[in-house]
Amino acid sequence: MNTSLLAAGEAAHDASPAAGPPPRQRPARTRRGDALVGYLFIAPQLLGVLAFVIVPVALAAYYSVSEWNIFTGQLTFVGGDNYAELFQDPQLPSVLGATAIFLLGVVVLNITLGLLLAVLLNRRFRGSVLFRTLFFSPVVVSVVAWTLVWGFLLQGNGGVNGLLSLVGVDGPNWLQQGGTAMASVIVTQVIRSVGVNMVLFLSALQGVPPELREAARVDGASNRTIFLRITLPLISPTLLLTAIITVVGALQAFAQVAVLTEGGPGLSTTVLVYYVFQQAFEFNDIGYGSTLALMLLTFVLVLTLIQWQLRRKWVFYEA
Amino acid sequence: MFTRRKLLTALTLATAVGLAASGCSAASPQAPSAAPGSVDLRMTVWTSNKDHLALLDSIAKSYKASRPAIKSITFDSLPFADYNSTLTTQIAGGNSPDLVWMGDLSKDLISAKALVPLTDRLKATPEWGYDDLLESVTAEFSADGQLFAYPFSNSPFALYVNKDLLDRAGQKLEPAGLTWDRVSAIGAAVHSATGKAGFVVRDFDYSSWNMLATVWTGWGASAWSADGKTCTFDSPQMTDAMRFLHDAAFVNKSTPGPGTKADFFAGDAAFTIAQVSRASLLDGSFAFDVLPLPKGPAGAYSVIGQAGVGVLASSRHVEEATNFLAYLTNPENARLLAQYFPPPRASLLTGDKLAENNKKLSAAQLQSVVVDQVRGAVTLPNHKNPAEIAKKGKVALDALWTEKADVPAVLGSVCAALDPVLAK
Repeated sequence: MNTSLLAAGEAAHDASPAAGPPPRQRPARTRRGDALVGYLFIAPQLLGVLAFVIVPVALAAYYSVSEWNIFTGQLTFVGGDNYAELFQDPQLPSVLGATAIFLLGVVVLNITLGLLLAVLLNRRFRGSVLFRTLFFSPVVVSVVAWTLVWGFLLQGNGGVNGLLSLVGVDGPNWLQQGGTAMASVIVTQVIRSVGVNMVLFLSALQGVPPELREAARVDGASNRTIFLRITLPLISPTLLLTAIITVVGALQAFAQVAVLTEGGPGLSTTVLVYYVFQQAFEFNDIGYGSTLALMLLTFVLVLTLIQWQLRRKWVFYEA
Repeated sequence: MFTRRKLLTALTLATAVGLAASGCSAASPQAPSAAPGSVDLRMTVWTSNKDHLALLDSIAKSYKASRPAIKSITFDSLPFADYNSTLTTQIAGGNSPDLVWMGDLSKDLISAKALVPLTDRLKATPEWGYDDLLESVTAEFSADGQLFAYPFSNSPFALYVNKDLLDRAGQKLEPAGLTWDRVSAIGAAVHSATGKAGFVVRDFDYSSWNMLATVWTGWGASAWSADGKTCTFDSPQMTDAMRFLHDAAFVNKSTPGPGTKADFFAGDAAFTIAQVSRASLLDGSFAFDVLPLPKGPAGAYSVIGQAGVGVLASSRHVEEATNFLAYLTNPENARLLAQYFPPPRASLLTGDKLAENNKKLSAAQLQSVVVDQVRGAVTLPNHKNPAEIAKKGKVALDALWTEKADVPAVLGSVCAALDPVLAK
């Protein structure tokens, strides 16, 4: 298809009355050499994708129709048994529910907060660089170290409740109650990662031509209207990018749950990726774990595809 | 096409031959007459203690000196928290060690026939002294009359007391006939007077519920039936034991509630239930005592945590690995190991012998909390699929650790969660 498009393009180019002399055809050997160099350039990345994405996914598909006794190395074909277990697993609905809450919480908070911070810090004022650095700095902290520290702060007798008690508030036992435990995991994840979205939005905001806002202002538009009608549409490609990155990141969030709550109390913070880990590496049920991993992969693909398709409705000025 | 098919056939055959060869080498023990310097043995352990590793290295060195076939013996120290998953991943990935330390993975390994039976070899080893092993500590690692792992560590749980904190709270403790009710009462008084914690079941943290066996056994309760097939969390004895713990956390506050950390060895608690080997954490910053576990309504009892060492059947050097295990655990080396790990041999289990290498506890204390406890002790709950049982039990048991929990209902839900796993 690409070849025919190229050919059509070349034909149109040739037919143009303004076209100059036809470009000299490069020798076939040179074209093959160029292609070879191209392939060599992408080879390292291709090998990486092959080794760490395509082969593992293919193996996961294979394991998902097998039962693997890892102690004896015996692999038995079980057909669709692991897929049938998806519908019989009494814990899976709770896990999917927790995953949806976590995803929604992280995506909404992360994008809203990231955009808000970017808008606030897009102005020049004393200390703006300091604030940008402060909000971005958690991104470079190790996720395990970050979560461990929050684990201490959120204990019943931890720092957060210590601060609350100074203002007369008797704080809850954050990590031991279903609702507050999930809220804690979401908030620690958002505080850690909001810096990335903030920087992306800042960069997008600085790319909005000031004369457009100026023209709108001259026409009598309010700040709110300017933001909603001028700025937001112009940064919508970045909005799409951050939405995809945040959704994928949220579905991969593992260490936060593993370190902070181990999925508890009950199953209230057991998100799908943590459940995959449990089944495959703690319960040694590689077959069912692989099936769940494929389900997670499908969710990521479907959500990304939906967002990609929706871009036509809300992304303007797509490059 | 024909050439391609031939190539594929050749590749398939080569793979099959390779697999068969590796399978054969795993299944059949290597002949004792291995070429000099041809055998590398690897043993996974969860200790990273320098002294432990130095002792193991010195035993390995002396073994190697008389075994020219052995090129190296390495002790692969894996982090304790991820030990089981790291070990199983190594086995699954074809990078199986030759010898392994094991705790709650033993039932899985034994039932999968992944361990080499040891009884005949150890009995046939001159002066090894198989009959010296206590039956109470070998049961956990035995099946069908065969021992599959040498229980090198059999550490009883004991009650550690911070005497300074008790003094500060004006509490007197009479060790003779000490009961859980008394411990809870003193703990509540200490908490009330000093703000420090009362009693702490170490390593429980409202997560590792198997540690609560150190309490519920005093009520005559157990996690499941003797044959391991039926959950008994909903028994009246367990209900009473759990009600005691629930009240301790939420009514009289004699134990810290969920999400509150208190480290006895840092001086944060009046009592802790911990293994005797934890005495190494005592730094002399407060006066302490160590006592046998308090009596429960069912009377006196003792609980031990065990660790074993065995040979994996998937080892490439089963013969050499088994020989090394026999050497590592012979009477002389068992005496050396007993410096750090309470031994399974009756001949080494006296307070005086244990005290020779223990700088923290006296001979009388060791006699009371180790020697007198090991023989009749029960082991922490251990079953096939330990991680799944632990997780599913925790998910159900989490509901107990709220102020208004319905104890019998929660324990019923624990059995509903565990029974399908126990039946596997």
